[in-house]
Amino acid sequence: MSVPISYYLVLSAVLFGLGVVAFVFKRNIITIFMSIELMLNAVNLAFVSFARAQNQLDGLVFVFFVIVVAAAEAAVGLAIVIMLAQNRQSLNVERVNQLKF
Amino acid sequence: MSVPVVIFFVCALLAIVGAVRLILAREPIHSALSLILVMLSLAVLYLLLGAPFIAAVQILVYAGAIMVLFVFVIMLLNAGTEERTDFSKLAKYVGVPLGFFLLLEIGHWLAHSPAGAVVANGAGASGRAADTAKLSEQLFRQYLFPFEATSILILIAILGALVLARKEE
Repeated sequence: MSVPISYYLVLSAVLFGLGVVAFVFKRNIITIFMSIELMLNAVNLAFVSFARAQNQLDGLVFVFFVIVVAAAEAAVGLAIVIMLAQNRQSLNVERVNQLKF
Repeated sequence: MSVPVVIFFVCALLAIVGAVRLILAREPIHSALSLILVMLSLAVLYLLLGAPFIAAVQILVYAGAIMVLFVFVIMLLNAGTEERTDFSKLAKYVGVPLGFFLLLEIGHWLAHSPAGAVVANGAGASGRAADTAKLSEQLFRQYLFPFEATSILILIAILGALVLARKEE
């Protein structure tokens, strides 16, 4: 007996939901970035399982592109985090509210 | 229960435990280590789904490069315990219900839509593993332009990181 694709999709949905919860509840800007990575991972799992279900490789190519974008985003995002930490001496997002209305 | 099912449930449990630990941990370094656990168990699931190349890239790029960058920044900034402030009211009263609503919606879609039913009864892990040679052929022929575009994206990201991290004179 092999594992049905729907199990993977449910796991992907649960991981994405946990990523959303972490994104909403965490106050540390680095942890918020990590929850974005968690959501990207959940989407990747859905891509791979759909590629498996359809027996096509396009989903795997998309996962490749998602990983590339995640790498670029982490590089720029962490540079921004370092700048913020230097300017504000704090990693708390509540202290970075100039653009809030 | 056969071996793939057992492997799936062990890895799924590890991934969910890691994600919950990411939320509950107070120190950013603990969150980062839990996220690495999630990524490693997802790599095993990719192997189970017959995508060995993606599993290797997951470990090399995600658990290797990206998470090392995160851990590096955490240590560089000496990020200690997270300070808990009062949660924003918007997050408490809108974000949490909307998150649950999203989960319910996805569950409902999986249970009721025809596409979900097809997927649920789908081939499972019956076919052969995805051929890396075929994958590369698709990547470098059909998706050649997006692939080249990602190289420009990476270049711009490097430039952006350099400009941001540069010391003001």
